Amino acid sequence: MIHLSAYVRCLAATTLTAAYMFGFAAPLTAQDQGPLKIEITQGVIEPLPVAVPDFIAETAQAAEFAKQISDVIAADLVGTGLFREVPDSAYISKVTSFESPVQYADWKAINVQGLVTGAVSVDAGGNLSVKFRVFDVFNDGQLGSGLQLGGSTNSWRRIAHKVADVVYSRITGEGAYFDSRVVFVSEAGSKQAREKRLAVMDYDGANVQYLTDASAIVLAPRFSPTGDRVLYTSYESGFPQIMMLDVGTVTRRQLPVPTESMSFAPRFSPDGRSVVYSVSTGANTDLYRMDIASGQVARLTNTPAIETAPSFSPDGSKIVFESDRSGTQQIYIMDAAGGDAKRISFGQGRYGTPVWSPRGDLIAFTKQANGRFHIGVMRTDGSEERLLTASFLDEGPSWSPNGRVIMFTRETQGATGESALYSVDISGRNLRRVPTNSGASDPAWSPLLK
Amino acid sequence: MTQILSQKLHKSPRVAAFVLMSALALTACTNPDRFGAGGAGTGAAGANGGIIAGSINDPTSTAYFNQTIGDRVLFLVDQSTLTDSARGQLAQQAQWLLANPEYTAIIEGHADEQGTRDYNLALGSRRAAAVQDFLISQGVNPARLKPITYGKERPIEVCSNESCYAQNRRAVTVLAAGAGVS
Repeated sequence: MIHLSAYVRCLAATTLTAAYMFGFAAPLTAQDQGPLKIEITQGVIEPLPVAVPDFIAETAQAAEFAKQISDVIAADLVGTGLFREVPDSAYISKVTSFESPVQYADWKAINVQGLVTGAVSVDAGGNLSVKFRVFDVFNDGQLGSGLQLGGSTNSWRRIAHKVADVVYSRITGEGAYFDSRVVFVSEAGSKQAREKRLAVMDYDGANVQYLTDASAIVLAPRFSPTGDRVLYTSYESGFPQIMMLDVGTVTRRQLPVPTESMSFAPRFSPDGRSVVYSVSTGANTDLYRMDIASGQVARLTNTPAIETAPSFSPDGSKIVFESDRSGTQQIYIMDAAGGDAKRISFGQGRYGTPVWSPRGDLIAFTKQANGRFHIGVMRTDGSEERLLTASFLDEGPSWSPNGRVIMFTRETQGATGESALYSVDISGRNLRRVPTNSGASDPAWSPLLK
Repeated sequence: MTQILSQKLHKSPRVAAFVLMSALALTACTNPDRFGAGGAGTGAAGANGGIIAGSINDPTSTAYFNQTIGDRVLFLVDQSTLTDSARGQLAQQAQWLLANPEYTAIIEGHADEQGTRDYNLALGSRRAAAVQDFLISQGVNPARLKPITYGKERPIEVCSNESCYAQNRRAVTVLAAGAGVS
């Protein structure tokens, strides 16, 4: 039996509450400078200067959390590449009370445009409460209402991510992604006998928990649309078979595919009720769809070629996948029920691992050309292809919940080659290594947590 | 309502077959479950113990099959077509299997690291199937052969250039004891 960590169990059961709104939304008066807003569709971004002064600890027990929470908020914002943090050594004003009026002139003087203030308290029952406000310094006003979020003290990082999500959304006008998790394959050992374990962590690499042991090769985990289950491929039976793991209880079961066949590359439908995956029979690999509850299976492709790496459109009506039916790996789209498929990739090289963006407008993919690997995006008709990365081996893109960031595997070459997780903005900017304490591959981003 | 199979955690019959076979032949590296059990899984058989009955000098031994006949064939980049030399070697494998009916075989298909994970799993399946089909064409009972793909998960050489890739694009015939592969 697999060890169930208290943390995973706890997180699965934790719900954070937006307790109440307080204060009032200060009207943003029209001035020469427009309201604080980052248009992240524009070509070149100058990171917006923000200050996140240490949150005020309003109770003695809150002291250990207050600074950590403001630090996580700042790290979330800076990690997007859209913000830069003005260090507290530059501050003129010191925030000593959450209710003190903001000294706008002092923040303007050091060119802070966005200011986040907050206070933390812990009640006798051990419940952590964080209240915060976002200020548009150059317009002398508050951006949106103050908010209070609550939860248990051991969910302090989640609360901090939720605060950062609100700040990010208010300034960018886009959906957020900080309060999310990533399931991935943690790697150890030599390249010839790599040990692989499923693991889950916060999107920023914190709170790593293992979901399987290293006794069998595991590959390519994928979250369900609500983040409660993970599909993956395991060699536990001796042969590759798709498995489904319940994240809350960390129990796993084999899906009822015929045991004579090899199955892999599973992915949930947007309603979470069915699985699309590949089965290899002899030399042929085709796509199938299984209704999880009934076990009923439908075959979606029927060519002698390799069809694999299927991914649903967000509305569930289409499936994007790769096939070498043309002679090389290329990307195709078909109806979710199967049938005729339309090729959408036509550039030089091989295209694989297509993944539909949660916004529905883009397909992320791996491209292999001239001995290099790239992560790229294209529109769903194949137009406007853009390559975001290049290296010896980049593969397996996964979308952030807001469709703004892509996480993927980058592997270095040679005998000491190791896999690591990287993220990149869909603009191609802000390439970052996601911190993991061992080799890591096959990341899959969860939806935004509830 | 659910028809999903519960997870089987007991050991499979293949493990028992392995233990029996080991006792008889005193060789390692022929257990198809060894990867599932966390073994090295390189397909690099040959760590035999030097015992006469199972040694490379014993033409009925797995060591003889692995080393004298050769347990693997190699493939060109992104190909699963058997080369002429691969066909020659597989013909010898088939003759050996016909002469030693007490063995079954797992056929492992492998790919080099120059490819995406899913595609390489499918490519490994193609390579294993190419070997399986050829052995069957030579008269080996299909029930004695079972393919498995490892994609790019188990390279045997670790450098990142063609000299290693060429060795990793392989299909390995891994012997096991028993009349049929479950």
